[in-house]
Amino acid sequence: MGIKKKKAQPVYDRPSDANISQAFKKGNTVTKASFFVFGLGNLMNRQIGRGLIFLALEIAYIIYLITFGIGALGDFITLGTAQQGEVYNAALGIYEYSAGDDSMLCLLYGVITLVMTAAVVFLGCMSGKSAFCTQVRKEKGKHIPTFRDDIRSLKEENLHAFLLSFPIIGIVCFTIVPLIFMILIAFTSYDHEHQPPGNLFDWVGLDNFKAMFSQGSKLAGTFWPVLSWTLIWAVFATVSCFILGMLLALLINRKGTRAKGFWRFMFVLSVAVPQFVTLLSMRTIFNANGPVNVILRQLGMIGATESIPFFTNALYAKITIICINIWIGVPFTMLSTTGILQNIPAELYEAAKIDGASAATIFRKITLPYMLFVMTPNLITSFTGNINNFNVIFLLSGGGPDSMDYYYAGKTDLLVTWLYRLTITQKDYNLGAVIGILVFIILATLSLITYRRTGAYKDEGAFQ
Amino acid sequence: MKTKRFIVNTACHILLAVLSVIWILPIFYVVLTSFRAESGSYKSYIWPRGFTLDNYINLFHGNTNINFTRWFTNTLVIAIFSTILSAFFVLCVSYVMSRLRFKMRKKFMNIALILGMFPGFMSMIAVYYILKGLGLLETGVLKQVALVLVYSGGAGLGFYMAKGFFDTIPKSIDEAAYIDGATKWDTFVRITIPLSKPIITYTLITAFMGPWVDYIFAKVIMGNDSQYYTIAIGLWTMLEQEFVEYYYTQFYAGCVMISIPIAILFLLTQKCYVEGVSGAVKG
Repeated sequence: MGIKKKKAQPVYDRPSDANISQAFKKGNTVTKASFFVFGLGNLMNRQIGRGLIFLALEIAYIIYLITFGIGALGDFITLGTAQQGEVYNAALGIYEYSAGDDSMLCLLYGVITLVMTAAVVFLGCMSGKSAFCTQVRKEKGKHIPTFRDDIRSLKEENLHAFLLSFPIIGIVCFTIVPLIFMILIAFTSYDHEHQPPGNLFDWVGLDNFKAMFSQGSKLAGTFWPVLSWTLIWAVFATVSCFILGMLLALLINRKGTRAKGFWRFMFVLSVAVPQFVTLLSMRTIFNANGPVNVILRQLGMIGATESIPFFTNALYAKITIICINIWIGVPFTMLSTTGILQNIPAELYEAAKIDGASAATIFRKITLPYMLFVMTPNLITSFTGNINNFNVIFLLSGGGPDSMDYYYAGKTDLLVTWLYRLTITQKDYNLGAVIGILVFIILATLSLITYRRTGAYKDEGAFQ
Repeated sequence: MKTKRFIVNTACHILLAVLSVIWILPIFYVVLTSFRAESGSYKSYIWPRGFTLDNYINLFHGNTNINFTRWFTNTLVIAIFSTILSAFFVLCVSYVMSRLRFKMRKKFMNIALILGMFPGFMSMIAVYYILKGLGLLETGVLKQVALVLVYSGGAGLGFYMAKGFFDTIPKSIDEAAYIDGATKWDTFVRITIPLSKPIITYTLITAFMGPWVDYIFAKVIMGNDSQYYTIAIGLWTMLEQEFVEYYYTQFYAGCVMISIPIAILFLLTQKCYVEGVSGAVKG
């Protein structure tokens, strides 16, 4: 008896300290009711401000639901039933469009309503927990925080809620809602033949995914080559920029080099020019009649009317793009690695030199492992960035040269630029969404595995 | 030994010289062509036959198609507002993630990581319709507001860099402040922020650069409203098939015009950038 120490019940300073099941089990009637009538527990205990805010939000949601939300949810399931039709208006003697349902808007409003509902459920849990905290405090005879205390707590123990609220609203509106929307589109028939408001589209389940992977279809015949080029591109672009940029940084920072600042400036200049400008100029420079071909003609390396097909031959285009990307990326890596290179302990180098290691060995055995250790998260970001590197491809080659074997894609199209073409030019939103999801799956598997292994993620507090 | 070192040093310098020529030449070509007197697009020679300032002058006394001054101010306004908003978002989130401990923290960081893996403009169409639903695509000015929101809305997700920086500020400084009775908010505003100039500058610059280099979102939102174009769409338009013969040299002049201010800004703050990458406390 009494051997087991009873776990001291925590003092519930803030609602998030309590967990929901606890609040529901141990809470009294008022607390339980607070899960459904928001703010009840707070209002009963004279926390008028907090209670009213909860209550007002709930009422606002209910009004929304009655006036609009329920209808939106219904439309979300059917994606609209009334197709837009043409009605002959005898008085004016013309055909008029009868207003039909817009599947696009049905889907969008449905998603918004669902997200709002999720937020309200979360709010309900907060309300219940908050009521429970107040109940516990009251039972223990402790001070019940007033509204002024609540406000003050935003600067102290609830600072995270205060600071995060605005960014999170932004993220929900401009990232999460659109993303859910697009993911859902992948399961509909929203392609160029089903364009709202003229036509309705409907849920089709996994049909789009099946089409993308079905053997021998044009889509599958496009997807696999585009995917493999995307991966080749990402590997080459990341590795080449990383290695060459680091070598350049070493070259500039080595002891014998004079005028370090000057050299650095020469390379940094190209980073300073907006990437957009660089890419567009590069496109003109490597044009069939652009300066590079002109120089080659004048040097007599190609005939006077010939030109090297930098962007019109598939293989040349790929090589050109990777080279231009090196031009763009190397100074950037040089810039970001310089500081880290200087942090490598000098003793390591001295010890290696005493042992008679050559410069190449030192690079391979000391510099490279050290840089890999520090830069891994960076490398992963740049790898994923390259898989999604829309600008370079779009502004340089525009995905071209186009291929008849592909479904609206060119030989240098990455998955993302193909996605762009499918949605903006071709209006096959469902296929675009499928590709988006596939890109996500690729990136997620790749980076979650590697990222979680890196030291930077595991002991993030190591330096504090 | 000495001669060997001399040879190596010379070789290195020659290599550097060759490389920097490769890196400078395209920029030089852009500047050179922007002063070219002959109109038309591609020529069969490199060095211009004559030089002129007309390309620059024409940019500012634009005709109906090319309204460079307008585009420039449009971009500047959008850039300033979205910089303020997104820097605020980024700093808030990264401070919270670095310094405050609460239940959802790890979850939030994982969600941010996952969201970052979706291709950015996969959601572009949806964003477009949301903005339309909000009534933000009615007039040109509202479109600009919409663009600011698009550029800064999701900025809170890009907190990793600044968080890494905040992580390097010793916690003992914060604790000293708490002992002196400062709230966490005070610590954030009065201690962390002043200590973080490099990363704040870095955040500001990256956010500022965004609108100058983004083509896609701007194009989708602005449509054909050429009065409200940003620089990037404007320059792109100049290279389109039907315009390239007329505006080829002006295009380069425009490139130079927007590169100069941005390059100066970048070079001035380069130091901050490097410091921002390598942390607050030097080892």
